[in-house]
Amino acid sequence: MNDIMNQTYFAQGLDIDHLKPPEGCRPGIDCERWIIRGARVIDPASGQDAITDVFIDKAGIVAVGQAPVDFVSDNIMNAEGLWLIPGLIDSWARLREPGQEHKATIASEARAAVAAGITTVCIPPDTDPVIDTPAVVRLIKRRAQLAGGARVLSIGALTQNLEGKRLAEMVDLKEAGCVAVSNLLKPLENLAVMRRAMEYAATFDMLVIVQPQDRALARGGCAHEGAIASRLGLPGIPVAAETAAMAQVLALVEETGARVHFANLSSARAAQMLEQARREGLPVSGGVSAHQLFLSEMDTDAFDANCHVIPPLRSLRDRDALLDAVARGVIEVIHSDHQPHERDAKTEPFPEAAPGISALETLLPLALRLAETGAVGLHDALHRITAGPARLLRLKAGGIAPGLRADLCLYNPQSAWTLETQHMLSHGKNTPFIGWDFNGQITHTWVAGRLVYRQRIGSAPGLA
Amino acid sequence: MAVVFVRPKRPKLARDPWAIQFDGDGHLKHLLTIEGLGPEWVTRILDTAESFLSVTGRDVKKVPLLRGRTVVNLFFESSTRTRTTFELAAKRLSADVLNLNISTSATTKGESLLDTLHNIQAMQADMFVVRHDMSGAAHFIARNVEPHVSVLNAGDGWHAHPTQALLDVFTIRKMKGEFAPLRVAIVGDILHSRVARSQIHALNTLSTGEVRVIAPRTLLPTQVEKLGVRVFHDMRAGLKDVDVIIMLRLQRERMEGALLPSEDEFFRLYGLTPEKLAWAKPDAIVMHPGPANRGVEIDSEVADGPQSVILQQVSNGIAVRMAVMSLCMSGREE
Repeated sequence: MNDIMNQTYFAQGLDIDHLKPPEGCRPGIDCERWIIRGARVIDPASGQDAITDVFIDKAGIVAVGQAPVDFVSDNIMNAEGLWLIPGLIDSWARLREPGQEHKATIASEARAAVAAGITTVCIPPDTDPVIDTPAVVRLIKRRAQLAGGARVLSIGALTQNLEGKRLAEMVDLKEAGCVAVSNLLKPLENLAVMRRAMEYAATFDMLVIVQPQDRALARGGCAHEGAIASRLGLPGIPVAAETAAMAQVLALVEETGARVHFANLSSARAAQMLEQARREGLPVSGGVSAHQLFLSEMDTDAFDANCHVIPPLRSLRDRDALLDAVARGVIEVIHSDHQPHERDAKTEPFPEAAPGISALETLLPLALRLAETGAVGLHDALHRITAGPARLLRLKAGGIAPGLRADLCLYNPQSAWTLETQHMLSHGKNTPFIGWDFNGQITHTWVAGRLVYRQRIGSAPGLA
Repeated sequence: MAVVFVRPKRPKLARDPWAIQFDGDGHLKHLLTIEGLGPEWVTRILDTAESFLSVTGRDVKKVPLLRGRTVVNLFFESSTRTRTTFELAAKRLSADVLNLNISTSATTKGESLLDTLHNIQAMQADMFVVRHDMSGAAHFIARNVEPHVSVLNAGDGWHAHPTQALLDVFTIRKMKGEFAPLRVAIVGDILHSRVARSQIHALNTLSTGEVRVIAPRTLLPTQVEKLGVRVFHDMRAGLKDVDVIIMLRLQRERMEGALLPSEDEFFRLYGLTPEKLAWAKPDAIVMHPGPANRGVEIDSEVADGPQSVILQQVSNGIAVRMAVMSLCMSGREE
C-alpha cells in the first residue's frame, strides 16, 4: 500500500467511456498528462479553495497553480464554471462480487462509482468466499482492474471465514493490499477473541473496523425501537444494541491500544460515546452512512422496504446528533454503506425484505446537500468523503496537492437533476431517494491520472 | 457560486401512509389498519354491521350484495376461527369463497409472496383476505395487487387486525352506547398483539374517555403511551372505575424469551379472576379476542360469567366482516 502512486490499475482496463489514449503513450502506465484549467479547485484537506489550474502526470498531481518546468500537456480540460474536487473515497460499500453477482458485479458498481465521483471503494469482507486469504484480495483487485472504473480496495476478515473463532492471517491480508480488517456484524465467540484480535491487529498497525451491534439485543429486529416501530408492530432494535457493543470495544481499545473505526453509527448516544473516547485520546474514529443523516424512523412509517436498513433509521434526535457530530468533526467519515439488491430481495413485506440501500450514486449528492442546507460547511462535507477516509485508511489520495494521486473529479454545481431508477448505473435500484432533486453532477472523473468517466453532453447523469 | 436549494420531492409513500386504503374518490377500498379511517368511516362500518345483524337472525341468512364476486382467503398463518368468520361473512353476502392456507414453508421454497399473489390474481379474485405473520404484509400486498382487487387485513404480524378491533368496538357500542364516558382497559401481552394495537386506534378514533393498558414492562412496546393510552403495571389501580376489560391471549413461548418468569406468576398478577374483576365498575364487561387460555390470563369463572361478552364478540364478528366486505366492494362499478 505504500506506493500506490506507481501502481497501475488499468493496465488492461476497458475504457469505459471509449476515450482513446493519446498517441505514443502506454495506456495507464506513464500517461495521461492533463492540464485542468480554470476550475474552482477545492481541497478539503488543506482548506484551499481557489480558481486555478491543476497539472497531472504519471498518475499523480504534479502541480497546482504554476505549471512545472518543461510540462508538456497531452490534454487540456477547460473547466471554467466547474468545481475540481478530490475523488471520493467510500470506506464501506458492498459490490457483491465475488458470490452474489445476481445483485451486482465489481464491473457494474466500479463504473457506477466513478460516474458518481467515487474513485476508491473499500469493500467489507462478507463476500463469498470471504476475504480472509490473499487469493480473494487478488481476485477482487484483478476484477477491478479489468472493470476500469473506481479503484477497489479490500477490507480483510478479522477472523477466519468471519466465524469469530480463529484469527484471520491479517499480515498476509495487509501485504496483499487490505486496508483494514473487520468482522462486520458477525459475532465473535467471546470478548477474549475480540481482545486478542485487536492486540494482534495493533501489533501490525492494522485498522480494525467495527460495526457496533450486540447480536442478542438486535435479534429479530428490523426497525428502531421507538414510537413508530411500536405503532407498526415491527420488532425493534434498541439503541442499547449499539451502545453496549461500542462500550465493550472501547474498553478493549483502552486495554490494547488498537486503532478502531466504528462504521455505520446510528444513534446520538453512540456519537456522544465516540466524542468522549476521542477526548480521552483513544485511537478511535467514527463513520456514518449518508442516509442516516437524512432519513429517520419516520420514513419507515409506510412500511417502505427501501428504508429497511441495519442499523435502523433512528429518531430525529439521533439523526440531528449525527449531523452535529459530522459538522464538528467528531465523525470524520461519511460512507455509502452501498448494498445493491435485485428487485426480488426488496419485494417482500418490510421485515423480510433484505436490508440495505443502493447508495453509491447518492453519496456525493447527499454530502453536498448537507452543505446546501447549511448543516455542515462545504469543505467539511467534502472532507468527510475525501480527506477524512484517506486519513483513516492512510491513502495517498483524498486531496488536491502535488504528490498526491490524481484521483479527481469535475463537478458542475449548476446542473439540476432528479434521481430516477432508469438513470442509475448501479445494478441495485433499491433506494428511498428516488424522486429527490439534486443540484449538481459529476462531469469528469480521473482515477490515477486517467480520465475514466466523462458525462455525455446533454445526457442524464451516468448515462455513458 | 450561487446554490439553489431545491426542496426534496418526497416519495408519495411517506406523505400519508394510510392513503392507500382509499380509492381516488375517497371510497374505502382496502382495510389494512384502523389508522386513517377517521370516526366517519368507523361509524359507517359499525352502522352497516348493525343492519347485517338482522340478516344473521333470519331464516335465509343471505343477501346478494357480493353475488358473482370471488373472495380469496389467503392465510399464510394458520387460523381457524378468523378464517371461518370471514368465510361465513363472504358466503352470507353470496360471494364465491376460496380458502388457501399457504404454509410459509411453501414461500421459502423459492416462490415469493409476490409470485403467489400473481398466481391467485390470475384466478379473477375480487378480494383478498390476508393473514400473514409479518408486520406490513397486508400493505405490501395492497401495493402490489391489480387495481380492481380489494385487500382486507386479517392480521399481519404484530401490526394490525382491524376487523377484530371493529367487532370489539361494535360489541362495546351495543353494550355501553356512547364511548366518551367510557374507561377501557386492555390487559396482557400488548407488545406482540396486533389486536391491541388496532383496538387502541379504534377506541381513540371513537374518542373513548380513557384507554388503559395493564401489563409488565416486558410486554409493553417502547413509548406505548404515544399510541394514546395510560399505562398501568398494577391491576388494582388499572381496573379502578373501568367499564370495559379486554383480556389478551398470552402465548406460551413468551416464557422462553425471558419476558415473563412463569404462567403462574403472570396469572397471579394479571390473570382476570372474580376478585380482580370486582375492582372494576360493577357493570363492567369482559372481552377476549379468543382463543382464551383459561388459567393463564383469564379464570373460567370470569370467562363464562355474567359479565363476559366473549360469545357475543364472535357472532358480531360475522356482521362486522360482512359490513367491511360490502363497503370495500361497493365503491366500484359493476
